[in-house]
Amino acid sequence: MAVTRRHTHGTGGRAAGDVRVRLPGHQASATLHGSGPRRPRRTGRARAALAVVLVAVVALAGCGVTRGDDGGENRRLRMMIPNSPGGGYDQTGRAATRVMESADLTGRFEVSNVIGASGTVAMQRLVNEEGAEDLLMTMGLGVVGATYTNGSDARVSGATPIAQLIEEQEGLLVPADSPFETVQDLVAAWTADPGSVRIGGGSSPGGPDHLFPMQLADAVGVDPTEVNYIVYDGGGPLTTALLGAKIDVGTSGLAEFEGQIAEGSLRVLATSGEERLEGVDAPTLVESGIDLVFTNWRGVLAPPGISDEVRDQHVALLEEMHATEAWREALETNGWVDAFVTGDEFEEFLVEQDERVAGTLTELGLL
Amino acid sequence: MDALLTGFELALTPQNLLYAVVGVLLGTAVGVLPGIGPAMTVALLLPVTYNVSPSAALIMFAGIYYGGMYGGSTTSILLNTPGESSSVITALEGNKMAKAGRAAQALATAAIGSFVAGTISTVLLVALAPTVAEWVVVLGAPSYFALMVLALIAVTSVLGSSKLRGFISLAVGLTIGLVGTATGQARLTFGNPLLADGIDIVVVAVAIFAVGEALWVAAHLRRRPLEVIPVGRPWMDRTDWGRSWKPWLRGTAYGFPFGALPAGGAEMPTFLSYITERRLAGKHRAEFGKGAIEGVAGPEAANNASAAGTLVPLLAIGLPTTATAAVILAAMQGYGLQPGPQLFEAEPELVWTLLASLFIANTLLLVINLPMAPLWAKLLRIPRPYLYAGILFFAVLGAYSVNFQWFDVALLGLFGALGFAMRRFGLPVLPLIVGVILGPRLEEQLGQALQLSRGDVSALWGEPVAVIVYLVIAALLLGPLVLRLIPGRQGPERLEDDIDALEEEVRS
Repeated sequence: MAVTRRHTHGTGGRAAGDVRVRLPGHQASATLHGSGPRRPRRTGRARAALAVVLVAVVALAGCGVTRGDDGGENRRLRMMIPNSPGGGYDQTGRAATRVMESADLTGRFEVSNVIGASGTVAMQRLVNEEGAEDLLMTMGLGVVGATYTNGSDARVSGATPIAQLIEEQEGLLVPADSPFETVQDLVAAWTADPGSVRIGGGSSPGGPDHLFPMQLADAVGVDPTEVNYIVYDGGGPLTTALLGAKIDVGTSGLAEFEGQIAEGSLRVLATSGEERLEGVDAPTLVESGIDLVFTNWRGVLAPPGISDEVRDQHVALLEEMHATEAWREALETNGWVDAFVTGDEFEEFLVEQDERVAGTLTELGLL
Repeated sequence: MDALLTGFELALTPQNLLYAVVGVLLGTAVGVLPGIGPAMTVALLLPVTYNVSPSAALIMFAGIYYGGMYGGSTTSILLNTPGESSSVITALEGNKMAKAGRAAQALATAAIGSFVAGTISTVLLVALAPTVAEWVVVLGAPSYFALMVLALIAVTSVLGSSKLRGFISLAVGLTIGLVGTATGQARLTFGNPLLADGIDIVVVAVAIFAVGEALWVAAHLRRRPLEVIPVGRPWMDRTDWGRSWKPWLRGTAYGFPFGALPAGGAEMPTFLSYITERRLAGKHRAEFGKGAIEGVAGPEAANNASAAGTLVPLLAIGLPTTATAAVILAAMQGYGLQPGPQLFEAEPELVWTLLASLFIANTLLLVINLPMAPLWAKLLRIPRPYLYAGILFFAVLGAYSVNFQWFDVALLGLFGALGFAMRRFGLPVLPLIVGVILGPRLEEQLGQALQLSRGDVSALWGEPVAVIVYLVIAALLLGPLVLRLIPGRQGPERLEDDIDALEEEVRS
């Protein structure tokens, strides 16, 4: 078993402060299992749900293996997820930690979901844990926007960038019998009367589904403040609205709509990436004559104030993870586009994204 | 039919049966624990699905879903601590029944009602899913808005003896519902990002019901003689059955369509069912608020039926209408399965195995839970200081596990104090809960309807269903007034006719 020992600090190295508050399972673990250094650490949620009915452990036994032959020098990290279990960040974050654990790149990850204000609460906590060397956070474009729309000072660009992991294109969806056949049809109707085109998306203002149509409007010469954007609570309600033709156009990542697209009840006018999306019969915006490339992305941040050495260790860890076969499979299973960027390049990207989002939101009068 | 039998054959293999048992046990457990819902459990178990066959995973998830709907009722009835938002209404009458020594009957009517509703709904699901799902997307924001207005107006019938107190309670509930940034504008968040997503209904309900009551009991513990909870009979008798079966059926009739509707959910039908039963109770009307079995039977049937209803759009057009359904959809996609019309043709074995396992999960739940009812009921024999200590522990655990934030525990304390004050000043609890649940949704649908029409108010009555619902509302409001002018007619009887008519409308 190849265990990488890059760093050897125990759990004692975590930032003092709100540990007790943060994880209920923590205290429970101390009493239930003792706090020996080699015990697997689960999230409070997993602990609560699983401790109740131990039967589940039987089912989990296949993937829950304690590594214990390394003299307690295993590297233990915490992964913070800024939304609820099952959400996009959750899926990405948990897939990444699972790969790292099962490839023996690290010891147990302690995954915790910190929910609130589209990631603003988690972002604030990341900044508050300045200098914590064992903390990582999965985040993405939505968190960048949320920190602005929620008026938080904890900006993404203030944290330590580690790596961008994946990318997801946005798509322009229309019901099967929509009058729009191409993006240009949409642009024509939009330019004639911006408010008459009802656009729905699965994210609140500041999120990718909202930023995309706004930047698109800007690119085709429509005043973004005139855009009639309707917020739906995620992919399900958005699908309903599209199928019922309550809205004219939906903007969203396409993974959730595979079935409807395959079956023909929804059509894709265009995708927003640089290249065409595999398996989707639609041109990119650039191919359709609109100069806009827009991608939603997810990546990993660390708190501000960590040493360069620790940052390099985190980066190296994710590089190793990225190289594994298991991560390939995870990308494929989830339909994520590999977009691995680390270090300075990711930092520049974050700063650029931060400015771009702030610019769009300012233009809209939302800041 | 053959397909279904084949499904049973596949679902009844020892391995799949084991997954069904694990599912319902897990589901019951997370249903019992306030704060941890089936959605989160299924999400956390998603990784497990990579190691087992698709049918086994889906069978387990369906078990969790059904089990969660059932399990929530146990703590509602025994401890006044609703585990899920859909079992909040159950606590109203269920806990009163428990205090009157009828806990076993309340648990039994909930278990059997869930079974009846679950079974009927699964039959409906089998019959309707392949064909009917197309039209659920027809209803838009105006229709949902109208339905919610109807529900809100119906609250006025449960405001209690003092209308003023009822309205105060409703206003407090609506105010709590305003908290958050759902409209894009921060309201009542006091600059705290933890309030940006609003206040979870489970926190409010647990605080008002359980904490408020614990404080109330503590305040009177030494001043009043101990009210001994009488030892009740262990099973339902003939009268209980007679009073339960109609509410079960009516609850099912509410629950299934609401579950199938994209913005329906499990709370609205429980709430409409409760109001209907209260109206239709006849000679037992006086028992409402003191522990009427109808008030448990109806809502419990409704929430289980809605769980089955949810699977209609999910299987038929790949449309998740609840958080749990969304996670189940993610699991299916993880296997490369895409729900939709083609699923029934592409993967008939999987679909029918799943449907068969729903019947099995229902039966398992009944078999597991019914014999437990008298045992659970004995829990209430625990001396009160210990019992309420336990309830408070449970309440805190529940509030904490909603978001894993200390902040929610602080809110629990705050609303617990509010619950105590409401008991002290005789404010009814139901209008507040209804306000918290309905307020934000009412606003969301109104906002959506108006945004879709670019501010044109006439869009609100632009859908046929909305028009029908408004007519019903008008009949409800004006009917009694008009009838009062006609000599010789009694208002209340006519009102009941109206309620019947209203039920018909909602069902159709």
